[in-house]
Amino acid sequence: MSDAFVGTPAAAVIDPRGPRFAAAVTTVVLAVSLVTGSGPLLAAQTLVFAVGALLGLRYSPYGLLYRAVLRPRLGPPEDVEDERPPRFAQAVGLGFGVLGTIGYLVGPVWLGIAACAGALAAAFLNAAFGYCLGCELYLLAVRLRGAEPDRG
Amino acid sequence: MVDPAGLVVCAAVLTAAGLFGTVRAAHDGRLRRRRADAGRFLSATELGGHLGERVTLVQFSTALCSSCPAARRLLRELAAATPGAAHVEIDAEARPDLVGRLDILRTPTVLVLDRHGRIVRRASGPQRRTEVVAAIEVAAAG
Repeated sequence: MSDAFVGTPAAAVIDPRGPRFAAAVTTVVLAVSLVTGSGPLLAAQTLVFAVGALLGLRYSPYGLLYRAVLRPRLGPPEDVEDERPPRFAQAVGLGFGVLGTIGYLVGPVWLGIAACAGALAAAFLNAAFGYCLGCELYLLAVRLRGAEPDRG
Repeated sequence: MVDPAGLVVCAAVLTAAGLFGTVRAAHDGRLRRRRADAGRFLSATELGGHLGERVTLVQFSTALCSSCPAARRLLRELAAATPGAAHVEIDAEARPDLVGRLDILRTPTVLVLDRHGRIVRRASGPQRRTEVVAAIEVAAAG
């Protein structure tokens, strides 16, 4: 069965440096949102997460910026990767962003701070270490679901 | 306009994440013998494939795992270059039985089996060529 590979064939592939760049920009935006307690800025980042999760990272503003400005200077990538893991991470970010935006704009403020902090941790780990927190949590979520008694 | 609470939380999050990432990066891909794996075997039937004649590299993956494809390429290449070696990739989502029994917490997790299917080494996260080569030698000698 060594011919059976999980996750293939790939639905779409992307330049892996794009999501890494996007994570770096996201880290800065989230850090500024947190330090200034800005609901509108977090709302804007949440919209970026939504575009990345729903349409794909190529159409996210940071992805467009990467392709327009950085990619022509860097040259073609050595390798391409499956779009689904980083896109899943955008969906996780979207969840945090929605909660945080509600916290800042409607209340309670602690919810805004906590959710923004969670998203910041994930974005920073991705930007600095290439570590995909959402992807790690995915298997744990699957395991929890599998632990429910109604599932064979 | 600075929110003092937000500033403190921001500094704490970046510090904690930096420490976590550094420790994690040091441990990722280190193929070690785990006490919990002592006496654990995997059969060809459980793997849904066949065991290598000398060594089997078992990789647990998910479709939403960012470092699984690179691990797959490395393990495939090393298995192909080693006589009597096989690479078996398992979809962790499809095999909750194995994931539960073997305490698989993240993907990729790689188990190195000897010719009897005994688990001799285990690592998770991005895989390192030198670590895998060394573990293959240990398993093939066993």
